[in-house]
Amino acid sequence: MSRLIKLNTPLSDNDVEALEIGDTVLVSGVIYTARDAAHKRLVDLMHAGQELPLEVAGQVIFYVGPTPGRPGRVIGAAGPTTAYRMDPYAPELLARGLKAMIGKGKRGPEVIAAMVKHKAVYLGATGGAGALISKSIKSAQIVAYEDLGPEAIRRLVVEDLPTIVINDCRGRDLYEEGLRRYAR
Amino acid sequence: MRDIEVKEITRAVKEAVMEANYRLGEDMLRAFAEALKAEESPSCQEVFRQLLENARIAREELIPICQDCGLAVIFAEVGQEVHLVGGDFQAAIQEGVRQGYQEGYLRKSMCDPFTRANTGDNTPAVIYTTIVPGETLKLMVVPKGGGSENMSRVHMLRPAAGLAGIKEKIVETVREAGANCCPPTIIGVGIGGTFDQAALLAKKALLREVGSKHPDPELAALEEEILGLINNLGIGAAGLGGRFTSLAVHINLMPCHIASLPVAVNIQCHASRHQEVVL
Repeated sequence: MSRLIKLNTPLSDNDVEALEIGDTVLVSGVIYTARDAAHKRLVDLMHAGQELPLEVAGQVIFYVGPTPGRPGRVIGAAGPTTAYRMDPYAPELLARGLKAMIGKGKRGPEVIAAMVKHKAVYLGATGGAGALISKSIKSAQIVAYEDLGPEAIRRLVVEDLPTIVINDCRGRDLYEEGLRRYAR
Repeated sequence: MRDIEVKEITRAVKEAVMEANYRLGEDMLRAFAEALKAEESPSCQEVFRQLLENARIAREELIPICQDCGLAVIFAEVGQEVHLVGGDFQAAIQEGVRQGYQEGYLRKSMCDPFTRANTGDNTPAVIYTTIVPGETLKLMVVPKGGGSENMSRVHMLRPAAGLAGIKEKIVETVREAGANCCPPTIIGVGIGGTFDQAALLAKKALLREVGSKHPDPELAALEEEILGLINNLGIGAAGLGGRFTSLAVHINLMPCHIASLPVAVNIQCHASRHQEVVL
């Protein structure tokens, strides 16, 4: 049966090891947004041996390109984007100590292996629930790559952002498990 | 002849892109509620509760349903008795998209394919225009999300594949899309025509009301059968494993070349947004 776990960022190895696929995780604290273009820039910087605009170790990256907030609002709709597009970059960030990724959709075997090796998890948020998820976001500020617009890296403070563990650090996959249970 | 000012088109498109992004159709809300009742998987039940709540927040607070406010696809049916005045028809539509995405706080998602530089105003829209009898102008505004579009496919089958091959390809496309395309989905299927026409038939099939039956009883039965096959996959809402991977299969059919059997599968995520305006 699925458990309900509240997690505060940054995350430790112990936090990650306690998580099992199917657990509902409410994430609170600081997390960072990044999509395809921001990932490319981060990994290019790493290859060039340059400093990154954010500390990756212990952190959580949310794959999201939000809509602009109306005046007086923190942010607009902010649901997850499809994660496989970040697969070419994720293993290097995991090697740097990234502890969790929030997105939707299946990860490749190289990312799942990197999560096992470096102790990290992949959390699924409900795709297309952008208005609902925006309610968990308490502040948002751009910390890098403003020129990328919706794809800029934002520092979010979140409270009880609803997610579910898709891949735990033992290499298990909730999507595969779900198919096994419900396929006819 | 009836004159229509193109600035009326700009205004209509602007309002329609905003409305489509804030207000999910009643047919989708009904389908969510019915699926919630019938779903066995507790995780998927929670997804359906979230989707109903998400739609309520979006509608009441004018926050887009999804942060992917889509590529603006516009189907325009222009009555042949209509005389468009006051400017360029296509430019008027693009201007409506530009204004709607800006003033509606919608995400601009269009970029250069090579440099990936954002165009900044969600243009260009993809516009399909047909000339029809009459003296009205109908605009169907469809913001189409990238995640489900990415998992859509055109299959150029051999005629020997037959109906069995068609069903297999449709189900295979949905299986491969898995959780990526934001299930529960609507599956638009275009069979026949050319490579491009099949895809367009599939996209137009997405516009049919969810829960409506195909007027051709044979195709209606085929839609039901394929929906059953898809839902037997067990992918479920958000891919978490469950009974409702898709809420509907809609088929559009036309004759094809004797050498061909084109089958297009256009996947629509649960943020199935469209808005019709008649001028």
